Amino acid sequence: MAGIPHDQYEPKTGGEKWLFKRLPIVGLIHSTLTLPTPKNLNWMWIWGIVLTFCLAMQIVTGIVLAMHYTPHVDYAFASVEHIMRNVNGGYMLRYLHQNGASLFFVAVYLHIFRGLYYGSYKAPREVTWIIGMLIYLAMMATAFMGYVLPWGQMSFWGATVITGLFGAIPGVGESIQTWLLGGPAVDNATLNRFFSLHYLLPFVIAALVAIHIWAFHTTGNNNPTGVEVRRTSKAEAEKDTLPFWPYFVMKDLFALAVIMAIFFAIVGFMPNYLGHPDNYIEANPLATPAHIVPEWYFLPFYAILRAFTADVWVVQLVQFLTFGIIDAKFFGVLAMFGAIAVMALAPWLDTSSVRSGRYRPMFKMWFILLCIDFVVLTWVGARPAEFPYDWISLIASAYWFAYFLVILPLLGVIEKPQAAPATIEDDFKSHYADPTPAE
Amino acid sequence: MFRKLAISAVSALVMGSGAAMAAGAAGHITDVPFSWEGPFGKYDENQLQRGLQVYTEVCSACHGLKFVPIRSLAEEGGPHLPADQVRAYAEQFDIFDAELDDTRPGKPTDHFPMSGLSNAPDLSLMAKARAGFHGPAGTGISQLVNGIGGAEYIYSLLTHYEENPECAPDGIDGFYYNTAFSAGGVPDTCKDEKGISTIPGSWIAMGPPLSDEQVEFQNGEPNTVSAMAQDVTAFLMWTAEPKMMARKQAGFTAVIFLTILSVLLYLSNKRLWAGVKGPKKKHA
Repeated sequence: MAGIPHDQYEPKTGGEKWLFKRLPIVGLIHSTLTLPTPKNLNWMWIWGIVLTFCLAMQIVTGIVLAMHYTPHVDYAFASVEHIMRNVNGGYMLRYLHQNGASLFFVAVYLHIFRGLYYGSYKAPREVTWIIGMLIYLAMMATAFMGYVLPWGQMSFWGATVITGLFGAIPGVGESIQTWLLGGPAVDNATLNRFFSLHYLLPFVIAALVAIHIWAFHTTGNNNPTGVEVRRTSKAEAEKDTLPFWPYFVMKDLFALAVIMAIFFAIVGFMPNYLGHPDNYIEANPLATPAHIVPEWYFLPFYAILRAFTADVWVVQLVQFLTFGIIDAKFFGVLAMFGAIAVMALAPWLDTSSVRSGRYRPMFKMWFILLCIDFVVLTWVGARPAEFPYDWISLIASAYWFAYFLVILPLLGVIEKPQAAPATIEDDFKSHYADPTPAE
Repeated sequence: MFRKLAISAVSALVMGSGAAMAAGAAGHITDVPFSWEGPFGKYDENQLQRGLQVYTEVCSACHGLKFVPIRSLAEEGGPHLPADQVRAYAEQFDIFDAELDDTRPGKPTDHFPMSGLSNAPDLSLMAKARAGFHGPAGTGISQLVNGIGGAEYIYSLLTHYEENPECAPDGIDGFYYNTAFSAGGVPDTCKDEKGISTIPGSWIAMGPPLSDEQVEFQNGEPNTVSAMAQDVTAFLMWTAEPKMMARKQAGFTAVIFLTILSVLLYLSNKRLWAGVKGPKKKHA
């Protein structure tokens, strides 16, 4: 499968040959497990396995939760309490699922920022990057709809606000919103379709994950140097790589065990820390909460949504130029989706010939600033929309766009990169002494 | 150990301030060192039983616990009442039975009644639903470190009734000034020119529910307002999180086994890579 030369699967026994002629599935598993993997991968390359685990955990816990959950406005909240109180181990399933979503997003953000730093999005891995962005969007849709299901106050009002975003689209917005909700407001029809889609989308994500893995197994992994594995001969490729099994399986499992220990400490000792307490109040369409706040993992983009208010000159200019079709509300929606779109376009916005940020001195500083920017956006997204938070979120949002639209294209031109090592083997040897020969 | 764990988790969690917005003007919350705080904390069975008594004699006049099955009073990790006491407790309620189309005495399998007063909220989940004050500046660090949550809120609400402040000596008719309650009305005379309240808390419809020596405990335990408030808060924490003990136990088991597994995998990984990777060079 991969373009890196390595041993292919050869069926040996009669049974294997029989199956291989009909379905080469053993060969597929073999080539997946023996994939030549750059031997210099660092600890930021573990998030893929964590994400795969999260997806499996969410599907397994979710399927069992669905056996006890009732998607009806009159019973949904009580059925979650039934799970928490009466179902054997139900409280654990539910807390695993609830905090599993947070772990999923922690891992995906670290995975994305890993890719942004080491230039994993650059040719020839653009398709992997784009599929990854689609997975991220599907994750956000799934998480959002899952948050509605307990039918607490934040479920209801979060759904009202977010579906309201579609209502901001000029002309067709209101029809789209009604179509999404299944009625004029968030109600039983909304809850039912969200439940249905919340069950469906994870399997779409699973399919996208398979394509994501297929794509990077075709190009080979990126690595901290950004230098490609040598492919001229098997012998050379073997100097740069090690087979996925057992080297990276073992490394990833170790990392996963450490992360699981931290995760279970949170689930066991502070499972509600990341949730909003208002979601333990049953949804009430007549009582609006003082502050409607999405889950933490949406906050960076929620901050961008709220940053562009009617008194910002860019918004006023756009409104003037479009004869008022793009008003402040729609501008905010465009900005929010645009923030993800510019990230998806990074392969074409980054003009530098050097892949890894490790050898780009100026890029490093701007990238660190982007990481800080992301944390600031997350924090400010939960603050009330008033001074000074409005200014902070506006500046932070502006930097997000500036990084992708101005800094990335410019850096490729003005920056003088350092020399990357010629091969992965050189990089590895410069970091580690030769192994002591086995006794 | 929890501090260490908390600090290591902080970097990932500080961003997790989704729950970070205090409602309106911040009320004044007192930190109480409750028995169940921290990973080693446990519910105090006797305290839960006293809390049940306070709830039954005082709170239940207006409030309900509709999500709590009466049988769970017998469960371990809760008040742990003997089965016959639970049955006797259930029988005091008249429950409407749709099959009989009539009321009958309650059974342990029934839930506690709903709130009797329309504007008295159900208390089943109050201790979790009122945990939303994450300081400083919405980072949630103080909640993480001090363990201040919904229980502290309930305790503070029950004990922080005060005389009307100077800015509104007559208060609001039919309401009571409470420095912990932030969701209620505040007279205009207590607001600055921007309309922001200048006093802690606000006015609440519920009168001070507890007075000293109001509830007589069997073994003569202290029955000051503060002591009773702590007891009933403990009980309400249990109604909100009845499986907390089992959850912590499971959390411990998982963390210990995963730590052992991590060590074993670390050693396996090190040994596996020893064949291809020597010690790290100093300059790198």
